[in-house]
Amino acid sequence: MPEKSHGSTRINTGQERAQKGAQKSGKKAESLVAIQSTFEPKIVAFFCNWCTYLAADLAGTSRVKYAPNIRVIRTMCSGRVDPQFVLDAFARGADGVLIGGCHPGDCHYQEGNYKTLRRVHMLRRVLREMGIEDERFRLEWISASEAERLKAVVNDMVEKVRALGPLRLRVKAEKSPEEVAA
Amino acid sequence: MTEPAPVPKNEKPKVAFYWCASCGGCEETILDLDERVLDVVAAVDIVFWPVAMDFKRRDVEAMADGSILAAFVNGAVRTSEQQEMAHLLRQKAKVLVALGSCAQLGGIPGLANLSSRESVLASSYFESPSTVNPEKTFPQTLHSENGFSVSLPEFFETVRSLDQVVDVDYYLPGCPPTPKILWDAVHVLLSGNLPPKGAVLAPDRALCNECPRQDTRPEKLTLKEFKRPQDVVIDEQICMLAQGVVCLGPATRSGCEALCPQGNMPCTGCFGPTSRVRDYGAKALSAIASIIDSNDEAEIEQIVQTVPDPVGTFYRYSLPTSMLRRKREI
Repeated sequence: MPEKSHGSTRINTGQERAQKGAQKSGKKAESLVAIQSTFEPKIVAFFCNWCTYLAADLAGTSRVKYAPNIRVIRTMCSGRVDPQFVLDAFARGADGVLIGGCHPGDCHYQEGNYKTLRRVHMLRRVLREMGIEDERFRLEWISASEAERLKAVVNDMVEKVRALGPLRLRVKAEKSPEEVAA
Repeated sequence: MTEPAPVPKNEKPKVAFYWCASCGGCEETILDLDERVLDVVAAVDIVFWPVAMDFKRRDVEAMADGSILAAFVNGAVRTSEQQEMAHLLRQKAKVLVALGSCAQLGGIPGLANLSSRESVLASSYFESPSTVNPEKTFPQTLHSENGFSVSLPEFFETVRSLDQVVDVDYYLPGCPPTPKILWDAVHVLLSGNLPPKGAVLAPDRALCNECPRQDTRPEKLTLKEFKRPQDVVIDEQICMLAQGVVCLGPATRSGCEALCPQGNMPCTGCFGPTSRVRDYGAKALSAIASIIDSNDEAEIEQIVQTVPDPVGTFYRYSLPTSMLRRKREI
């Protein structure tokens, strides 16, 4: 029987997943490989107005190229990113969520980013229990001058999420025959 | 105590009660109206109440559509039978009320959404330490023998709240709802002065507002460790959170008159969110995590670990109506 248990924090890597699929049926593994080769991760990025969003602006004006997989949403502070926003993004089809804020001590609002840090640590544990891998949810401190760092973070995250494959939460909800729109 | 609106004797409004995936606590609430239940019976005809009265499903099926004034359904929906009854009562009742946390939010049975259907059944019929089942007997939806057949309802993959199955008019929160909440709701329904559809029939403020310990809540709450009620001696006067006990009052709707804090136990969130919140657990998590007294990543992680079961703590009553709804199958 499946190993599902309450509080399980075991995280499967994409590779493990592919292997598991292969054990279930060869056909399923084939389709998984097919999906992964054409798969472009959708990543929702919440960037704070004072640091990370400016880094993204700087990346633009300096012609620093990074993977086009992120959809940037500007918030006044990373502390404005309600855990509901993160869950909503996943539920509506995001394969990953990235939060960008000012470095510790640099928050425009003194301690907004510390609150983000605390919530993110608790939320990550909930996501693990719900079967969403750590690599899909990331918090990074990127200051206004760090366009190169933004590029590195985005590219790295896109590759890691690509390796994991699609999250497909929304598809599952739509397909479930017993579901009725709430 | 005001009297219910007078109704001509031969035209008493009809009321039905039903239970789905629930423990029976919501039925207790009806009995906990104590002698007031006689006032309810004087004002309405109870036409269906499987836990207490001998009416059958065919009796409900024989009624005209919309002939029941209000159907109170408690419990989450997990089986095909519960789904059929939800549809049937929706058809026969003018007003469908979700009674209690399970019907409103998915409730404790909703935590089964952390496990797959297969593992739930395997645990119940094969694996639990108290199970003796050498023949591997397993429930089937249909079994035939000697020309006779018996059937059982289907057990769905996912636990759902009532409004994920049928249209719901009103919600009565609580695990279980308090008699006061139920009594007020019966009055509102009988008065004919109905609130807007979709309303939760309880105050729309946080529990802290009616908690007797409110005044002892410090201006700035910060914690180095979260404690569990069984590990500490809880002071009977001081705010639970100030004592380090995880109390979900700040994120939970009021209306229960702070029964748990008055009984020296922290709020676990059974009244669910206020109207401005879409995902109760996320908001509760946000409120609790924000008061961690540290800016150091390693220390924060250590403090976060003192909540041993975050999903069970923050989504205890609301996993099926959370944004993620169920554990993802990996």
